[in-house]
Amino acid sequence: MTRRISTDVAIIGGGLVGSSAALAIRKAGLDVVLIDKGFCGAQASGVNYGGVRRQGRSPEQLPLSQRAHRIWPRLRELVGIDGEYVRSGHLKLARTEKDFAKLEAYAETVEGFGIGLELIGGRALKARFPWLSAEAAGASLCADDGHANPRLVSPAFARAAERAGATVLEHTSVRDVFSTGNGFTVLAGDGIEIRSRMLINSAGAWSDRFATAFGEAVPLTRIYPSMVVTEPLPLRLPVSMGEQGGGFYGRQVARGNYVMGGGRGRALANPDFSRPAVSAASSVMQRAIALFPHLANAQVIRFWSGTESEMPDGNPVIGPSETTPGLFHAFGFCGAGFQIAPAVGEVICELVTRGQSTTPVDAFSIGRFREASAHTATSL
Amino acid sequence: MTETVQPVIVGAGPAGIGAAERLVKAGLRPIVLDEGFRAGGQIYRRPLIDDGRSYRNRYGSEAKKAERLHRAFDRLVPSIDYRPETLVWNVADTDRGGHLDVLSRGIHREIAFTHLLLATGATDRVLPFPGWTRPGVYTLGAAQTALKAQGCTVGEKLVFMGSGPLLYLVAWQYMKAGASVEAVLDTGPLSSKAHLISLLPRAPRIIALGLFYGVQLKLAGVRILYGVRPEAIIGEERVDGIRFRVGDQIETLQCNALAYGFALRAETQLADLAGCRFRFDERDRAWLPERDALGRTSRPQVYVAGDGSGIAGADAAELAGELAALALIEDLGKAHGGDRARQLIAAHGRILRQRDILEKAFPFPRDWFETVPGTTMLCRCEEISISEARLAIETENISEVNRLKALSRVGMGRCQGRMCSAAAAEFLSGVRKVEPEAVGRLRAQAPVKPIPLTFGVTGEGEARS
Amino acid sequence: MMPQFIRRYRRDEEPVPFTLNGSPEIGRRGDTVMTAILSVSGGLRHTEFTGESRAGFCLIGACQDCLVTMPDSSRVRACTTALAPGMAFVTTGPQGLKGGCHD
Repeated sequence: MTRRISTDVAIIGGGLVGSSAALAIRKAGLDVVLIDKGFCGAQASGVNYGGVRRQGRSPEQLPLSQRAHRIWPRLRELVGIDGEYVRSGHLKLARTEKDFAKLEAYAETVEGFGIGLELIGGRALKARFPWLSAEAAGASLCADDGHANPRLVSPAFARAAERAGATVLEHTSVRDVFSTGNGFTVLAGDGIEIRSRMLINSAGAWSDRFATAFGEAVPLTRIYPSMVVTEPLPLRLPVSMGEQGGGFYGRQVARGNYVMGGGRGRALANPDFSRPAVSAASSVMQRAIALFPHLANAQVIRFWSGTESEMPDGNPVIGPSETTPGLFHAFGFCGAGFQIAPAVGEVICELVTRGQSTTPVDAFSIGRFREASAHTATSL
Repeated sequence: MTETVQPVIVGAGPAGIGAAERLVKAGLRPIVLDEGFRAGGQIYRRPLIDDGRSYRNRYGSEAKKAERLHRAFDRLVPSIDYRPETLVWNVADTDRGGHLDVLSRGIHREIAFTHLLLATGATDRVLPFPGWTRPGVYTLGAAQTALKAQGCTVGEKLVFMGSGPLLYLVAWQYMKAGASVEAVLDTGPLSSKAHLISLLPRAPRIIALGLFYGVQLKLAGVRILYGVRPEAIIGEERVDGIRFRVGDQIETLQCNALAYGFALRAETQLADLAGCRFRFDERDRAWLPERDALGRTSRPQVYVAGDGSGIAGADAAELAGELAALALIEDLGKAHGGDRARQLIAAHGRILRQRDILEKAFPFPRDWFETVPGTTMLCRCEEISISEARLAIETENISEVNRLKALSRVGMGRCQGRMCSAAAAEFLSGVRKVEPEAVGRLRAQAPVKPIPLTFGVTGEGEARS
Repeated sequence: MMPQFIRRYRRDEEPVPFTLNGSPEIGRRGDTVMTAILSVSGGLRHTEFTGESRAGFCLIGACQDCLVTMPDSSRVRACTTALAPGMAFVTTGPQGLKGGCHD
């Protein structure tokens, strides 16, 4: 039996981007259907590290990131929970003078955006953060960055959208999607036919399939973070930590667990699923001990991984389709989508309702891959 | 180049030993990894040192079997690569053989295998009630282990509670060891015991033993009550007693320890990490690795045997271990006695049919959560109460156990849900008014037990064979 | 605190000295850490979130409820660790998230 749903906007992918877009669009008065092949917020949005960080982002992401920065403290009002969001500060370490120079250069580049970076030299660092024992040339502190619990935040946006009147279809795979000239038809799940005026592709690591369906192939690759969590331990680590050059990031949650990541997991035979790689987890753990000797007797209780999407230039795809009026893309956040996602949801809402975004997103146009994909197509 | 065959058996209980014996007979030299100090598993667990007790004293009616199995294993040791005190915490790359990540006395190693035989056993299945986390409350299996392996009773004055043959056996063992047994509180109704009549012609020994324990307990003046539901443990920092309900009556008993449990639940985490497909088993009310009659899983060259593949007890485990070994030998292209396999399958099947009857005689208390107050801890690691879980279920519209874990932390702690996942599935299915099968199973994640953060620092690799 | 476990066998086994919360105690050869401690006291640890007392539960290394802290802040799983002469354990005092026992 076919279930027919008619709506203003259909959203493929109930991650934090899709869910926050659904909430914003619904609040703007349009009808929304949010579709996810599993549970909303169970993929990259729900299993990421949980960093709510502006520091380290490319300058073109910072206006969006600043917009998101203003949303995070309002989570309770927006979705009913605070999502364990804390502005703990984000401390990015430089192991070498060369790395510290990179932090200095970054701070200079983004000075005009007002994210408030403070550079701290090696000796001052020791005085400020006595618990930090690894040798470091210096660090850059973004005092108002922080972290939150992705397991809670992402599903909460989906539930809030539902409460606001969005139709949320979980465990509903999109079988086919096509343009009908004046809108879209989405065939999903077991005989569900959704007709919509507009369509949003926020399907994370699965977005390339839908972009390709509208003639916009993108060079999306999948990445699998490698995460480690310890048992609950006495509260010692006040900031979310990162390192110049990546390799390690870590935070301690209010319940005492250290959540740490670095390196990559690996895909299983079915690339939709992944497992943390023991080698990556092991290097995360070694680095953790070097940074925090107080963890010498700690136990690890769980590894995990997830499926994220990466674009070759490190920036996401956000904005209208170049082939199909009414279609908007928002994917490819390269393992750094959590913080900006709520702002992306608002931007998508602006694009849908007003045709333009009040925050610059031109740098994220899908058109920047047009040549590359055309090239790939001809070489095939 | 000849391809090396390296079977690895995880677990040295009856299933693991049964498998190792058969593999050695076929000319193979399996690696046998076991978390225990000494082989034997839980039911035939051996003490750290000889304490002068006879097999009869330690293992009671199962003494002969225990002794035979221990001797068999001791004879096997020169022919196998036996590694006690070894935790297997991960399975990797199982398409064409793979490796296990193991931790042995603080040293991390990778152990390569071409064939993996999982004989991981079981833990007690427990359900929460007010006070179940109090010092002095133990599982039935724990009470038995303390006595068998350490020569201790877990208290001086005890009450035993739950459902299953182990309830009466452990109570009797404690009485014989000199403890004061205040009562046996069977959560099953007396009427359920009528099912045992149909077991009489099939397994007279089980009935005779059951009657023996029951009668001896009665003769010693131990109260045996049926259809019991606990109200609460009395005592703040320790057990001072238990308050319980039988029908409309509320009663209180003084004691300083309670041992309880509701049969067993299979340890399936490694099979999950090995990528085995699972199916729901009505008898165990649990998701178990799919297996054929011999113990092959859905993954090539991965086998399961014993309680870790479904609860059937030690006798069945020994048969299943040998069967899985026969499957492994067959998969290597070697002939084995097909008659032997047929005999084992028939004998194994008989035990499973007895289990069906025992399950009716000692039923799982399906209505458990109807009377447990919301303040009771559901997850003892993360200390999440039933109310908190219910709130998450209702506000987040949760219908699946992994989602429950993600949104409420139930099952997220150090034990990886070993102590609460069965209860959480029962609770969630009760709230949602669906069968436990419908709420799914908690996915396993490495490390299946906590490992030191330093594991990567002190580790030394081992060349893959 | 009253001992939780009662020894029925191995009572005259070779003594193994250990320290519990600073006081000298005697275990017996063949003891696990759990048996040694619970034969002279009634608890092993306090939980992180509610601070309630725990004394193990499953005894077969599954429940992870019998982690015992040692003075150097390392911990052992009491039910699966053999007692060795001279071991020392801390089962009282702050062990929660604000505590300092395993910092």
